[in-house]
Amino acid sequence: MTVETRQGYRGVGRETLIRFGVDVWSDVQMETTSGPFRGLILPRSETADERHIVLKLASGYNVGIEASSISQMTQVGRREANYKISQREFPTQKSKPNVMLFGTGGTIASRLDYRTGAVVPAFSPGELYGSVPELADFCNLSTEKICGVFSENMGPQQYKQIARRIGEEIEAGIDGIVIGHGTDTMHHTAAILSFMVQDSPVPIVMVGSQRSSDRPSSDAAINLINAVKAAADGDIAEVTVCMFGPTSDEYCLLHRGTRVRKMHSSYRSTFRTIGDTPLATIDQKHIVYLKENFNRRRNDRCVRIKTSFEDKVTILYYYPNMQPDVVDALVDKGYRGIVIAGTGLGHINKPLYPAIRRATEKGVHIYMTVQTLWGYVQMYVYETGREIMELGVVPGSNMLPEVAFMKLCWTLGQTDDRDEVRRIMLTPVMDEITEREPYNGYLIFQGEIPEVQEFLRTIKR
Amino acid sequence: MIPAGFKPFEEMLPEDYASIGLKCGLEVHQQLLTRTKLFCRCPAGRFTNDCDCEILRHMRPTLSELGEYDGTALMEKKTRKNIYYRLHHETVCTYEFDDTPPFFLADDALDIAIELALLLRLNTVQELHIARKQYLDGSIPAGFQRTTILGVDGWIPYKERRIHIWQLELEEDSCREVSDVGHDRVYRTDRLGMPLAEVVTGPDMRTPQETAEVGEVIRRLCRSTGKVRTGYGAARQDVNVSVRGGTRIEIKGVPQLWRIPRLVYNEAMRQCSLLEIKSELNSRGVTPNTFRHYSDDVTRIVAKTHYGPMRAAVAGGHVVRCIVLKEFAGVLNRLTQEHTTFGKELSDRIRVISCLTHLPNMVHSDTASESLYGKDWQKLHKRMKADHGDALILVWGDQRDAKCACDEVAIRAKEALIGVPADTRQGLKDGTNGFERVLPGAQRMYPDTDLPPLLIDSARVDRIRATLPAYIWDWDKRCRSLGLNEELLTCLHRSSFRHLYLSIVDEFDCDPTFVAVILCQRLKSFKRCGLPIDGLTDQLVLDVFRATAKGRCSRDGVEKIFRIILESIADAQSEPVDVESALLSLGEDSATDQALDEQLADALRAFKPGRQESGGRRHRFVMGRLMHKYRGRVDGTRLAQRAHLILSQNVANSSSP
Repeated sequence: MTVETRQGYRGVGRETLIRFGVDVWSDVQMETTSGPFRGLILPRSETADERHIVLKLASGYNVGIEASSISQMTQVGRREANYKISQREFPTQKSKPNVMLFGTGGTIASRLDYRTGAVVPAFSPGELYGSVPELADFCNLSTEKICGVFSENMGPQQYKQIARRIGEEIEAGIDGIVIGHGTDTMHHTAAILSFMVQDSPVPIVMVGSQRSSDRPSSDAAINLINAVKAAADGDIAEVTVCMFGPTSDEYCLLHRGTRVRKMHSSYRSTFRTIGDTPLATIDQKHIVYLKENFNRRRNDRCVRIKTSFEDKVTILYYYPNMQPDVVDALVDKGYRGIVIAGTGLGHINKPLYPAIRRATEKGVHIYMTVQTLWGYVQMYVYETGREIMELGVVPGSNMLPEVAFMKLCWTLGQTDDRDEVRRIMLTPVMDEITEREPYNGYLIFQGEIPEVQEFLRTIKR
Repeated sequence: MIPAGFKPFEEMLPEDYASIGLKCGLEVHQQLLTRTKLFCRCPAGRFTNDCDCEILRHMRPTLSELGEYDGTALMEKKTRKNIYYRLHHETVCTYEFDDTPPFFLADDALDIAIELALLLRLNTVQELHIARKQYLDGSIPAGFQRTTILGVDGWIPYKERRIHIWQLELEEDSCREVSDVGHDRVYRTDRLGMPLAEVVTGPDMRTPQETAEVGEVIRRLCRSTGKVRTGYGAARQDVNVSVRGGTRIEIKGVPQLWRIPRLVYNEAMRQCSLLEIKSELNSRGVTPNTFRHYSDDVTRIVAKTHYGPMRAAVAGGHVVRCIVLKEFAGVLNRLTQEHTTFGKELSDRIRVISCLTHLPNMVHSDTASESLYGKDWQKLHKRMKADHGDALILVWGDQRDAKCACDEVAIRAKEALIGVPADTRQGLKDGTNGFERVLPGAQRMYPDTDLPPLLIDSARVDRIRATLPAYIWDWDKRCRSLGLNEELLTCLHRSSFRHLYLSIVDEFDCDPTFVAVILCQRLKSFKRCGLPIDGLTDQLVLDVFRATAKGRCSRDGVEKIFRIILESIADAQSEPVDVESALLSLGEDSATDQALDEQLADALRAFKPGRQESGGRRHRFVMGRLMHKYRGRVDGTRLAQRAHLILSQNVANSSSP
């Protein structure tokens, strides 16, 4: 096998490198129409154009030189990047709990990928200990890479694999499990794992980071430390998400896997519990429980793993003037379940009615949720709601749309019986449907209101 | 003891600096005049001391692109700082504290930077790669500064030679530090993210004075574009200094050029002194391999000391540790800079890295009598098994900080055996400098994965090249030939109307010195009175001079017209007036020759000749009356000529039979 020595270079750029007999990692002196340059040739991102060659100057800066402007280039040395996260053997102590960290990809630990110019995950106990030595204060850590995909590429295959491995680890006596995950679909995975893994005797904590760990202000370390603490010392034996709490580097919040949602495209404190309060706050010193009703840690090893999953389920995000052919198309394509994110209390327009009726008559399971995210579906208040129920649409209570979607996938993987599906969907496994919404379950502050500003200035730093 | 080859600052000659092999370079940071910040749409150039929110961050070192840790990063990690950012909603958004990815680089900033690159005759790059330059001191909440290189290897002329310009960077400005006490550091974020050009020179300056002068040339060059910010802090210099056998030391963020010479002098002295200390210690047989040190808790021994700071520390539950540096006696008292000794090198490290910021933070046996009693020192010597050739240093603080302080003292002492450690230093007001952090290297650079490479097409460069301002050195030559003195020239360079100067002089044929005086001195004095001279458009200024060139107002009148216009701009109640209305309110129209002559005749009639009749007295009387009436509206020279004409006619009339 030949080693690729001109990574990412195509066309003119590649020809130029070949013409002067230099490779990536060659230290070169070049003459160009805009003067001489000296530096190390770096690999080029595959998505960048083919006209430029990337040089790392002695100052550490990178610049792009137009290949066609180069009249002469000679190699004066060679220096290959040796990118390694410092590795140190993770210390073990008998007295400390054993925690398993499953890796799925994402930015908890990452390094630069020259091929795409983006960051890719890197991960091993030694590497993690090298960069986040605080982990050894809480546990003996083992790691296992289950898959290496970005969170948007997660799917049933990965969910099932993770669930099975969780079951095996629990049976083998692990004290806590942490799952590193990309943040984009972390709440989807948290939801499906809440259904696939039930009655766990140990904490199963999902964690990620909003700023990759190659940035000094990354939230990766603090999130990971707190997640590992929750898994090692925490008492909440459920699938939870442990992520940045406030805007500042102060503590993380532990969210229930069925009630959590990513709510901001880039903020660190993007994960919020919807329609309820978070389970706990965690920092390196303390776990403060905010709720009392949660499944507690047990010593037994009885866990139920049920990895059923039906692919032909979708979410239909309702919008005004939605055309019935959308629904018809889904039915014709063989979809067996539809979760509607309806307006207000759970509504859709009248022109859809015939299509909905046709769908339910063909055996499609349709569940209603709300696109307001907060609040319950209540289809008795208005005439519209009653009519929609008549069509066979089942109100999904206060399940979040993504959670209802995951639950319907999981349920339809087990049965197609209408009543049985309905029974499973409406029987809460882990608070995906709650009996009541606390008054402080819906808090969205608005800026510039004097008392909120005062709160931001003095308390929520 | 002052190092060999050094004299007091004022007596140092270029030969003296040559004999120690002084080399200096500059990094000039210049804020650009843009509408927005560099990578977000927050307004640029708005400053506020208010804050309506505070955010806390901690920084962790990360690996560089080539897989190395940077020394500075590891140092900052030791300090365990809580970094607080004060935010104000008008000046920052979620981008600055790294909760939103960057927007595209501001176009206007890039245009200005390209213009500077062309003026500096750099080899420009065709594709910009944004890099992240790590700053773990917290001065940037993300932990890195986004920065990019526009060109390398240019030059500027200076004293018949060329000063090499290494590179030009376009980057984000950092936060302003509010305080740094103990483990808490506080920053204000308004300046954060402003576009900044950084011009880096080669180590081509040979004396402290040359360094400041080249700084001035670069500053003027930047200002010649008319597109950079001025005022305190809008341009800041990092000064690189080394002497033969020494190390490149960077003195950070000097806002005023006149401070540079003394800072360079002191740094040169420090390096020479450190080299002498090194050879002295080596001659005592102390080398990095034979260096011995140890430390221990001595709280009990000094618990009852009369020395206030230590007593207070012990009373507050802190510990006192003593570290012994074998064979170091006398070294801590060696002069390294003006009124500064080697002991401060240790104290600085303790302050910065161990966060023992309350001074004094250490005492040592070289200045024994200034702190503890002799018997206490004897006890310490005995307890620490030290002899008279050793130096003892006492530090106090909480357990962890005090231990860290001892480690840092040992690290710095060991560096003394090697020579001059590579530091970034902070320039102090008295011209000396203090430790700021370990000098960062190329390891702190990391490609920014959030933004793709940015193509600079040649059409853009050509467009900017077509409207480049004249080189300042050519401009200066022209101004000198017009008879401007150096003082006015300097003044003019600082004026925001500088770019109008030559067009006014050339187009309107005005007296060059007069125009310069108005543009820099008069307008500046209006500014001091609180008048909004920033409200003057180029067109307004040109109109005023055009009016005077046509004889519509006098020299004095120019000043008055500017005042009328400025006052109308400042007055929120009224519409700003234009030059025509200003001329009108000066009463331009009444100053025809005929009107002047009539007034002169009136004045002449009012003149009561005394006993000793003289033409001079009469002339003065008439001029006095007329100037009182026409000051500002009519040029004094014209008035005098007119008066002379009338008076001579009058005399001719009266002397005729």
